[in-house]
This record gives sequence, structure tokens and C-alpha cells, in this order.
Amino acid sequence: MNKFLMSGNNIIGEAAIRAGCRFYAGYPITPQNELTEYMAEHMRNAEGGVFIQSESEVAAIHMITGAAAAGARVMTSSSSPGISLKQEGISSLAACELPSVIVNIMRGGPGLGNIRPAQGDYFQATRGGGHGDYRTIVFGPATCQELADLTMDAFDLADKYRTPVMILADGMMGQMMEPVIFKKPKPRQYSENFMLRGAGDGKSKIIRGLILDAIDMEEHNWKLARKYEVITKSEIRYETYQTDDAELVVVAYGTAARIAKGAIKRLREHNKVKAGLFRPITLWPFPETQLRSLSGKIKDFLVFEMSTGQMLEDVRLSLQGYADIGFHGRPGGAVPTPAELANVIARYYEKKD
Amino acid sequence: MAKVIFQRPKYLKENVFHYCPGCGHSIAHRLIAEVIEEMGIRGITIGVPPAGCAVLAYNYFDLDMIEAQHGRGPALATGLKRTLPDRFVFSYQGDGDLAAIGIAESFHAANRGENITVFFINNAVYGMTGGQMAPTTILEQRTTTTPAGRHKTLDGYPVKVCELLSQLPGVAYAQRCTLTSPAQVNKTKKAIRKAFQCQKDALGFSIVEILSPCPTNWKMSPIDACKWIDEVMSKEFPLDVFKDITPAAQKNTEAV
Repeated sequence: MNKFLMSGNNIIGEAAIRAGCRFYAGYPITPQNELTEYMAEHMRNAEGGVFIQSESEVAAIHMITGAAAAGARVMTSSSSPGISLKQEGISSLAACELPSVIVNIMRGGPGLGNIRPAQGDYFQATRGGGHGDYRTIVFGPATCQELADLTMDAFDLADKYRTPVMILADGMMGQMMEPVIFKKPKPRQYSENFMLRGAGDGKSKIIRGLILDAIDMEEHNWKLARKYEVITKSEIRYETYQTDDAELVVVAYGTAARIAKGAIKRLREHNKVKAGLFRPITLWPFPETQLRSLSGKIKDFLVFEMSTGQMLEDVRLSLQGYADIGFHGRPGGAVPTPAELANVIARYYEKKD
Repeated sequence: MAKVIFQRPKYLKENVFHYCPGCGHSIAHRLIAEVIEEMGIRGITIGVPPAGCAVLAYNYFDLDMIEAQHGRGPALATGLKRTLPDRFVFSYQGDGDLAAIGIAESFHAANRGENITVFFINNAVYGMTGGQMAPTTILEQRTTTTPAGRHKTLDGYPVKVCELLSQLPGVAYAQRCTLTSPAQVNKTKKAIRKAFQCQKDALGFSIVEILSPCPTNWKMSPIDACKWIDEVMSKEFPLDVFKDITPAAQKNTEAV
């Protein structure tokens, strides 16, 4: 298979097109512009491919809603403030059970924030984000290869569960270049029965989230909840790194996990600290029991995030008091080096002794 | 044997309209269903109802339909139409939906010349939420949020959608009609047909604005509501063809 050297944003675009994405709508926002530009350059060359630069993030999410209903594989992308604008549509996509992929290349916030890499949108992504009782599957890729693989998988899971899937990366992932191999996409499995293409001579279909009767609406909520339960049982992904003999486990995802990996290597080489890494790949569903099972023999965990502590709450919920949890955060676009993080971890570990 | 001269259009379901007595939605629905039947396009038409009184339009049209969030109809219709260019796609929208919360989506779908049709029901109030000021509420008109009448310096001016959109090169057809008499109803039906024809001929964005009575929120009898449209509302919103790039219309212009 051919290896390509590409930037993260371009990789997402290429993986999406290879996975059969044929409708992309987006609006310029840094640090994800290269993705929109990649789609502009390549989507219209793909058979039946539609690229639209929308008038807003809001319009983009509703454009992909229409295209998803019509049966296309669809994607939109943005960065933090733009993702806030898309929440109305993400809620609708969940309610109407329309498969779709949403990419968030996070930047510093809140408000306009800055355009530096950050992880402050974890709560928004993993708790639904918009109004109402729903979840989205959330991937937190940490390498360019994972950006390619998870983008393709996102389309498959979106179809399988008829639900929006979010790729939660940050400006660092979007901008960095790494060699990547694009795997062969799986053939699409999505029933035409779910598509809205005109009723022909048959019975007309309705796609809607408006259910005025409270009991019917309750049942729709439970139906979605049952689906989320199946996803939680079947789709959890995570990576462990050097946890077998670890005395301290760092919990981190995405860019933060890359930095943590570097820090752990240093700690083992220079400081003789037996540190390991637990890296959730699906941020929702969160690998709760998998993390908890580590607490049988390891009693010290340190959460590192490029935020003031959001995934930290999921780690607390997972460990349920069975282990001590420390936290190190660098919000607002500040990105520590592995050496800095190694020092933080070493100090934390020494104090524990 | 008795000859049937009037019946339910084939593509309106057997459901009873939830609309108030004297409301224009039911007539507009009927006209759209009749045109779809006459053009034989039911099987290849997808409708997008709005948030507003017509949110339940899919209970009445026997068509494939997908709801849009408030104001987002033209964006959603864009996604449908670009994916399925050989289908007829229409968005059905009220005045708040189109001209307030969804003005950006409407304006830009029109500006891109999306080959879709928008049916714009202008009744100068927010109907479903109880009669608040709409972007098309006329000056001095009393609503629940303009209890002393719409004040130009405090509340702004009525938005004239057809006049605004007809400036855009992407718009093929823009006509304002009403439903206050059988003659007007017939005119409106012709406009609806022409709008769909524009879509068939891939001419671009088409919009039919319908001045529509809302007796409940105007606190008038249905007859007085029609009178108010004829005597007051249509002075502010003149009934006219604002844009028509169909070949027939172009020929007429050249002849003149």
C-alpha cells in the first residue's frame, strides 16, 4: 500500500472521500481551513461529489442533514466556536437518526478564544452538545494514521447506528504532517429504506424529531437510549501503553496522549519511574470498565488534559474511588513538551511517596 | 351518474387540518397538492416543512417529507437537491421562519441559485407561538409583542422578501399572491405551478409568497381578515411578479 505524507486536516478529507463521503459543507475557521480547502479541491472530482462553502456553520450542518436524509455519506467540519453553532443541527441529526460525521479541530476557548490547540470541548462533545437527551459517538485520534482510520470508521459507525459521529481532534493534529496509509474502505451497508428520495408509487415517508405526544416522545428517547447502550457495549476503543508493570498510569487522549507517551518514555529512561498510559480512543462511549480494571493493581492515576479538567470527571466516575487521581491541565492553547510533562509527573510521583 | 367536480386532491392525506378556521395554510396546502398531482411529480417530490403552524404539514401532504429546524429549510433543501438533482424539492416557510431566524439560509440559497422552490406564507405574525411581531408585521400593527403597534424606530420595518430576493441573479422566479378570493386563489395556483416548472427546467431558485389570513391572531373574522389583506396588507406588500426569467416571460418582455 502507498504511504502518503500529509497534514492531519488533509488526511481527514482524503479518508472521507475514500470512505465514500459525497457531500461536504463547511465554513472557514482556523485551524481547520485546510480540510475545507481539500474538500473544495477534491470533492467535485469524485463521482456525485458535492462541495458547498456554506454561509454559516448553522447552514452547513443543515445542508448535511438534507443530504444525509437523501442517502449520501456526509461530513462537515469546523473548530470550537463553529461547532457551538452546529449544535442545533447535531441535536436534530441525533433525533432524526441520520448518519453523519462532524469534525471538530479544537482551539482555545471559551468565546472566540484563540487558534492554538486545546481540548476544552470535551464536555460539549461527550455530553451530546446540543439540547435534548442524546449522545454522539466521539473519536479522539492521536496520530495521523488514526485520523485516517477513524475517519473511515466514523462513516461505518454512523451508518450502523444511524447517528452522528464526531471526530474530536485539535489544531495540533490538524496541522501536523505524518506518513499515512489509507486502508481499503468497507463496502457501505445502509438500507435504502432509511433514505428520503421521493415516495415513487409507494407510501410516503416522514423524517422528524417533532413528537408532540409526551408518551411517544418518551418512547423515542428510550429508543435512542437503548441504541446508546448497545454502542457502549460494542464500540469502546482504547489503548494501553506500558501499563503491565506500571505504578502510575497517566490518562490522556489525542494530542495530550502523544505528549504523555513521550513523557512516559523519558520517565522510564531517566527517572526510573514506572509510568504507563491509558488512552481512550472513543471518548464517548468512555472506556469506563477497562480503566477501572486497571485500578485492581495500580493505585495512582494522573489525568493530563489540555483543559482545566473535563475528561477528569469521566476518570473519577470510572475509578469510583478505587485509586488516587491527580490532574495536570494546560488549557487555552498552551502545549507542554514531553520533558515538561515528565517533570510534572515525576514531581507528582515523588510527592505520593 | 353524478359527475365529480370537486374532491380532495389525491396527495392530501385523509387527516383533518389542525389549522384554525379561516387560516390560509389549508388552501395553500391544497393548491400545492393539486399542482403536484397535475404535474405527475408526487413520486419524485420531497417537501421540507418549517417550524411554525405548518410544522405538521407532513401529516397532510402524502409526500416524502423531512422537518427542518426553525428557518433552516432552504439549507436542508439544498442538501436534498444537490444529492438528488432530478427530484423536486420544496421548502414551506412562514414569515418568522424565512425572514427572521432563517433569513441567512433563505438569502444564500437564493443567491446560490439553488434549484429549489420556496413557498412563503406571509401572515404578518408568528402564528403558532401566539401572535408575536413577525419581520413582516406592518407598521402600527398590534401584536402581542407590539401591543401599541409596530413602531418604526423601536421595532424596525416590515421586510419585503420578494423585493429583496428578486435582486439576486440566482433567483429565477419571485411572485407575491394572496388567497382572498377565488380569482386570487387561481392566480396563486398558477404561480405555484410556474415555480415548480422553473425547477423542472433547472432555472434556479423560485419563490411564491402568499399573503395569508390569520384570523385568530389578527383577532378578526375570516372575512374581515381577507378584507384586511386586500385593503391594508397588500398595500404594504404589493401583489406582483418581481422576477421571472422563464422563456415565455422573457419573450413577452421583448414584445412589449
